[in-house]
Amino acid sequence: MTIQEIQEEIINEFKTFDNEMDKYNELIKLGTDLSPIDSKYKTEDNLIKGCQVKTWFHSAFKDGKIFYDIDSISIIIKGFIVLLIRVFSGQKPEDIKNADLYFIDEIGLRENFSPLRANSLFKLVDRIKSDAAFYESKQNNE
Amino acid sequence: MPDNKISTFDVTKIRNNFPVLNQKIYGKPLIYFDNGATTQKPQVVIDTMSKLHSEHNSNVHRGVHYLSEQMTEMYESARKKVQDYLNAQYSHEIIFTSGVTASINAVAYSFGEAYIKENDEVIVSEMEHHSNIVPWQLMCKRKGAHLKVIPINAQGELLLDEYKKLINSKTKLVAIVHVSNSLGTINPVKEIVAIAHKNNIPVLIDGAQAIQHQKVDVQDIDCDFYAFSGHKAYGPTGIGVLYGKERWLNEMPPYQGGGDMIDRVRFEHTTYDDLPFKFEAGTPNYIGAIGLGAALDYLTGIGLDNIQNYEKKLLDYGTDKLTALNGLKLYGAAGNKTCIFSFLLNNIHSYDVGMFLDKMGIAVRTGHHCTQPLWEHYKVEGSVRASLAFYNTLEEIDYLCEALKEIQKMFK
Repeated sequence: MTIQEIQEEIINEFKTFDNEMDKYNELIKLGTDLSPIDSKYKTEDNLIKGCQVKTWFHSAFKDGKIFYDIDSISIIIKGFIVLLIRVFSGQKPEDIKNADLYFIDEIGLRENFSPLRANSLFKLVDRIKSDAAFYESKQNNE
Repeated sequence: MPDNKISTFDVTKIRNNFPVLNQKIYGKPLIYFDNGATTQKPQVVIDTMSKLHSEHNSNVHRGVHYLSEQMTEMYESARKKVQDYLNAQYSHEIIFTSGVTASINAVAYSFGEAYIKENDEVIVSEMEHHSNIVPWQLMCKRKGAHLKVIPINAQGELLLDEYKKLINSKTKLVAIVHVSNSLGTINPVKEIVAIAHKNNIPVLIDGAQAIQHQKVDVQDIDCDFYAFSGHKAYGPTGIGVLYGKERWLNEMPPYQGGGDMIDRVRFEHTTYDDLPFKFEAGTPNYIGAIGLGAALDYLTGIGLDNIQNYEKKLLDYGTDKLTALNGLKLYGAAGNKTCIFSFLLNNIHSYDVGMFLDKMGIAVRTGHHCTQPLWEHYKVEGSVRASLAFYNTLEEIDYLCEALKEIQKMFK
């Protein structure tokens, strides 16, 4: 599936929730089920810098696609991580780098991605994008 | 200025003085429990600031004209108000800064330059705010000196016997927080000062979380420096105070050079103005200082004793209610504390709790509250902090407890 198709799928799933609290309950459910990051990647270097909520990021590049291992100590952030991994994992670097992450607006949870929030989501998306740009340029130089 | 004297403490009347409290957040009445971060402003402060800008604005200490003279008089009168509020001996012992952080950095630089040598020691405590740690670390690095730390017990109280053991001939200064911003512990500052003075060591007190909750008498405490911020005491942001005993301020070199702080400038040599101007380089935040004066008038009008008594009621009530909540762990159980509730709920991350409290209209702070070493002591990364003020109510505490139960249900 393309990034756009996955985003549409998530938007449709979230349409079934009547109110904001139900959406957050869903995030809690998703976050609880997120597989923890491989302990070898749970390092100081892999922490997203400058965030009050500890969040670890690791990616691997295989057959022209990027795969993610991301974790956080907040269940809500983990819930968003599940959605972000679903959208981006297994996609090509250029598609990730150029993706318009419109599903966050459509499901009505944009405030969580504000650079003004103490969480790590804004910086996490930033990291996903810069990571994709890195793999793209590495690929082009090979 | 309007008379804000309230003879009997009436929280409804008091709340009416704070326009920001009368609003809804996500459709819920705002419960503002983030007073440790900043306090809301009473109407009298808002009106004062607005009037200063619209009717009186002019730079201080420079003009020969009417407005400048008027503003200078108000600015110096604000200094006098701070002097009275702290019961300082002289008004020139009151230096206006931008806040506690600037005040402590000023002492760390100026005192450091004058008195600290290689291998000297400065004592702080385990419960300090980063702004009473990092300036001393910078100074120690500059001078080759060392930082020593007073440990705390499980209740969040300083271990005074350990403090006494840290003092030696190399100790040059003690810098200690009056009230812990994370736990609410009120430290026995008078005793701490007395112990240091027996050894001829000066003491700086970070009063950021004390000044708005209780009477502070710097002569009675006998501290050498006392720092606080205006915005945490119902005044404007960007204004703070450094109180320093005349002797130290006279001996210490200025930490910033510029206009207003000089006596005579020559390229070969510059002489400095007298106190307090020696430490107030550049145009001061005169409007902020006068706004702070209005806030201090407001607090004395209500009465610090009334405030302290009412906040004690909030503290006792809140402690009972929160400790009765299964799964909630309170941090900070000092015998003497202000109305700060630092807690964790089950195994839910503080950010998640804070985010849902926000959705329910309750403003709290989450995380380490700029006291990372303190949380290392408790082996957690931080807490949810509800820090109350005298405009908060018992009903708001009830609502907090109900909201926390709701959050527990969501995470079950």
